[in-house]
Amino acid sequence: MKLGNTLGKEQLRELDEAIQAYKDQPGPLIPILQKAQEIFGYLPLEAMKHIAKELRVPASRLFGVATFYAQFSFKPRGKHTILSCQGTACHVRGGAKILEEMKRELKVEAGDTTQDGRFTLEKVYCIGCCSLAPAIIVDETAYGKLTPERVKEVLGKY
Amino acid sequence: MTVADLEKIRKRTRTFAEVKAGQVHVVVGMNTCGIASGARETLQSFRDGMKRRGISGKVFQTGCIGMCFEEPLVDIIQPGRPRVTYRHVDADKVERILEEHIEAGGLVEEWALAQFPNGASPLEGVPLYGELPYNSKQQKIVLRKCGFIDPESIDQYIATDGYFALAKALSQMTPEQVIEEVLGSGLRGRGGAGFPTGLKWRATRQAPGSPKYIVCNADEGDPGAFMDRSVLEGDPHSVLEGMLIAGYAIGAQEAYIYVRAEYPVAVRRLQQAIAQAKEYGLIGERILGTDFSFDVKIKMGAGAFVCGEETALLASIEGKRGMPRPRPPFPAQSGLWGKPTNINNVETYSNVPAIVLNGASWYSSFGTENSKGTKVFCITGKVKNSGLIEVPMGIKLREVIFDIGGGILQDRAFKAVQTGGPSGGVLPESLLDLPVDYQELAKAGSIMGSGGVVVMDETTCMADVARYFLTFTQSESCGKCTPCREGLQRMYQILDRICKGKGTPSDVDDLEELARSIKDSSLCGLGQTAPNPVLTVLRYFREEVEAHISQRRCPAGVCPELIRYEIDPQKCKACGICRKKCPAEAIEGAPKAIHRIIQEKCVKCGTCYEVCPTKFSAVYKV
Repeated sequence: MKLGNTLGKEQLRELDEAIQAYKDQPGPLIPILQKAQEIFGYLPLEAMKHIAKELRVPASRLFGVATFYAQFSFKPRGKHTILSCQGTACHVRGGAKILEEMKRELKVEAGDTTQDGRFTLEKVYCIGCCSLAPAIIVDETAYGKLTPERVKEVLGKY
Repeated sequence: MTVADLEKIRKRTRTFAEVKAGQVHVVVGMNTCGIASGARETLQSFRDGMKRRGISGKVFQTGCIGMCFEEPLVDIIQPGRPRVTYRHVDADKVERILEEHIEAGGLVEEWALAQFPNGASPLEGVPLYGELPYNSKQQKIVLRKCGFIDPESIDQYIATDGYFALAKALSQMTPEQVIEEVLGSGLRGRGGAGFPTGLKWRATRQAPGSPKYIVCNADEGDPGAFMDRSVLEGDPHSVLEGMLIAGYAIGAQEAYIYVRAEYPVAVRRLQQAIAQAKEYGLIGERILGTDFSFDVKIKMGAGAFVCGEETALLASIEGKRGMPRPRPPFPAQSGLWGKPTNINNVETYSNVPAIVLNGASWYSSFGTENSKGTKVFCITGKVKNSGLIEVPMGIKLREVIFDIGGGILQDRAFKAVQTGGPSGGVLPESLLDLPVDYQELAKAGSIMGSGGVVVMDETTCMADVARYFLTFTQSESCGKCTPCREGLQRMYQILDRICKGKGTPSDVDDLEELARSIKDSSLCGLGQTAPNPVLTVLRYFREEVEAHISQRRCPAGVCPELIRYEIDPQKCKACGICRKKCPAEAIEGAPKAIHRIIQEKCVKCGTCYEVCPTKFSAVYKV
């Protein structure tokens, strides 16, 4: 498979720029992977191979790093990302019920993307909004003091 | 930039607390909690409303003042009048405040939370800010500027003596004297382990090798903790100043801040603060006309709890899998790229400027024999006043939860308090008079930790809490050492079957034995402390766990497999609310027909129990 075919030309140029910017700095792998995920929305296999080749590191090492951290995804992600907080404060204030309700509403498991590609549902531990527990973050907006009944209303905004 | 220039900025800059005649300053709390409660819309409404009404003045933003439960918070400052703090100011409350408080010179009493008289005669019916029960027992050192300056303005930081500790260290003190001062203050690492900061600095200074590095751990991963986020959002320059002083003391010229990607607001303010400090020459070459040069870079974390462990954090900065390694050698001897490295967390660094400015004996006048100074805590869970506080060490847990925290939500009974996150423990009511102190908490089986305090009430199941922490730690174990990787999973499995009513009589003993071996034999702090929540649950709430096994009963009525919901036909008035709200369509009934829960369909979410009007209270748990 030729690279430019599946990865857009513009995106590839951006990726190359990032590789150039970081490759001579100490510890370049994680910043480049973060940039790649920002560009593509996830880490496509072709992009991983490309980064490994450009940096002259074995692809296995790149995958080793990428699979270690929760931030990186190898599957395309939905248009909106929901982070459902399961931190301690959210847990004791019913965070699990909120997650269950979202799973039911969106018909996905945590970590998956809805069929229509609108939402990716993620389970996370603490988004630091403990005073508003139970809380979720959709993209960059936090919603606090949720109840199972309010879930539909929040999702309806997207 | 010279010290004289710094002095000029301090003299000419006004914080938003000072207002010119005929002007009004509106200050909106714009930290993450505030924004999540709608502060951005509130801020915009004030800007629009003031413009439309022709009110001259300015709208400012500030960081976290700590009262997250009252957000969005807005302060109105006018010359000759007390500064008034309004609570829960949603965008639709703005017009009335503009009209009645600012234009008419009155007060919207029902929304006013507190006042600072500022030399004017106090308003009647509004408590003084410092006398609010939430504030009166607090002692703010780290948080002293949060909520009182614009975190995005370096001038306001300088106006409140910012960077003068750095100036003092560089011009009047040798690096050794700085270390002595920090050592003498008794400051201990605020990330959780509590190692004396001065000793760490001295070891790094004395270690052979160059260059040396300064690292700031801002990978605040403990669930239930947001102290570091609040400091970075509310007063980012204090962290930079602390790092600069550490760099001077240790002989390092390069620094990294390792910060969680989950904190976008904090990262943005930090980037801005670094850029401003560089522009002023406070970060860069030959700082304040001396030989000292220093550079600070940000490294973004990528979502791994174990990276809060110092050796794992260093591996992550180096671009590797964030796995810890055995110590010694400690980072002070062999850290980043094998060079001597000093790692402290956000709160530790942000204590340093105050210590250098006011001296070691001032700092050590707060706190207890072994634990000096103050500690920032996030008080959350089933407590009325949930937010960010800073208290002198030695304060009792009871004071934190009941005086500052205002007691338990809905006045339910207190059951337990969890400190130290997944590395700490749960403490029962009998220990509420325990002072907050490194040694005392450790004796009780918990730890100080980074500062999360999660309050639990009678409706919290302690077996479920123990399982909860293991869900977290076993999924965050990096997998390098066997006791942590395998052991935590086994512990989780045992607790899971206990919570599901399938436990066996030997389970409790097995849990304890596993917990002790994991503590003794794990490689890093994650595994060595992960059994703490379980051990303390077994120590203080053993009967409750055993009830799940011997009676197949969850006394707190939480574990779904051990409870069911029923509707009392005598009490049900067939109002239909529960039927409409039930997400699983598990309630049958019709207008005027008594409702019934179809147990096969019920997902035990408890919605019916919560929505049934209290005047009926027809839904009950068995």
